Amino acid sequence: MQLITLTPWDLALTALLVIALALLSARLHLGIERSLLIAALRTTLQLLLIGLILKTLFEEATLPLVALLSVLMLALAGREVMARQHHRFRGWWGYGLGTLAMLISSFSITLFALLLVIGNQPWYQPQYAIPLLGMLLGNTMSGIALGLDRLTMSAWQQRRLIEARLTLGQSAAEAIGDIRRDAIRVGTINIINAMAVAGVVTLPGMMTGQILAGTPPLEAVRYQIMMMFLIASGTGFGTLAAVTLGSRRLFDERQRLRVDRLQPGGGR
Amino acid sequence: MIARLSVRNLYSRQLGPINLELASGECVGLSGASGAGKSLLLRALADLDPYRGELQLDATPATAMSATEWRRRVGYLPAESAWWSERVLDHFHDVDSAAWQQLGVTPQQQGERNPADCSSGERQRLALLRLLQQQPQVLLLDEPTAALDGDMVAQVEQRLARFRAAGGAILWVSHDPAQLQRVADRRLQLRDQQLWPLSAPH
Repeated sequence: MQLITLTPWDLALTALLVIALALLSARLHLGIERSLLIAALRTTLQLLLIGLILKTLFEEATLPLVALLSVLMLALAGREVMARQHHRFRGWWGYGLGTLAMLISSFSITLFALLLVIGNQPWYQPQYAIPLLGMLLGNTMSGIALGLDRLTMSAWQQRRLIEARLTLGQSAAEAIGDIRRDAIRVGTINIINAMAVAGVVTLPGMMTGQILAGTPPLEAVRYQIMMMFLIASGTGFGTLAAVTLGSRRLFDERQRLRVDRLQPGGGR
Repeated sequence: MIARLSVRNLYSRQLGPINLELASGECVGLSGASGAGKSLLLRALADLDPYRGELQLDATPATAMSATEWRRRVGYLPAESAWWSERVLDHFHDVDSAAWQQLGVTPQQQGERNPADCSSGERQRLALLRLLQQQPQVLLLDEPTAALDGDMVAQVEQRLARFRAAGGAILWVSHDPAQLQRVADRRLQLRDQQLWPLSAPH
């Protein structure tokens, strides 16, 4: 099987669909046309850029370059997690918490997969390392952002309730326990659902891409199963770490609820 | 029971310096304009807000006991109660039916309800019962009878008089001068971030 090359005209044809949607939105006053077009433009530019970067990287596959791109991807993912919080932590915590959780989960799981599962030579071969890390970052990012947003939002809204629990002799861990569990559930529910319906309702993107590129379906499926497991554990561990650290940060050394460590609102 | 709360040079949020001695069995009434910071003072005394200065209970500094222990002993009743379970009784670990009935509620009726389905007056009395079950030495009360009618106000005042008779100390915030006249040994006013004595009218 040979991959059919897409020409710029093919892309322009699909872009027409997006433009049609934007026109309809403008006509019906739905108000999504602006963000839709900006997002479409961002997708085009960002993907072309990463395509160029990957092309260069594949030709010049050194560890420092792969590491540099990985750190850059992590930094951008951390910014994205921060931007998705309505009541994010003030100061460095706002950025550091999600970034640290992604560093712990995505990086260690990518290394685990490269070194122990795939075992390619050299292990940092960008053709494997970068897409793997990218998929892990993208998914753990969503989980961590959702989990942290739920944690800080609930703590903000239910501060009187948490303090009532403290007043009645409960520890900080007990007082935030229900909210913490709920935040972890919210952060992990998407990937659990995705695993549950994979292959039945949806054909996951990675496998679809490999099949389009000519990989035999059973090979592609094996990669997809591995990817699902990596993403699920990365999202789970990452959300757990972020929400646990975040719920500690919500209290001080006298177990007082410190909502003043959160920003009053905003985000996106 | 001995309960002596002593507050020296306390600063919290915009308040301070605050100095206050609450003796065992004493009830001090606290008034002040809305927004003067009465609730903020109670929150700091319950160790819910950060503060500078010295808090002591029976000559033991707050810093010498865990925050949980302090809050159990220095019980804070906020103006609006909060409930985390859908059944009132889930918030109680021991139920003294007689004590409930003195305040006009029963474990069989209000106890089985969702707190959201109780009237605000019922919730206010249930919140007091919930606080009293952990046997605090000091009570910080923020408008504890605001949602109650005359009969029930008298019942709550009687219950709190018994708490004092057993040696407990009370700091009682109220907008009702007549009530503070009835229940308090002395009265203070919160004004300009500080406590001032309020001389009893003749």
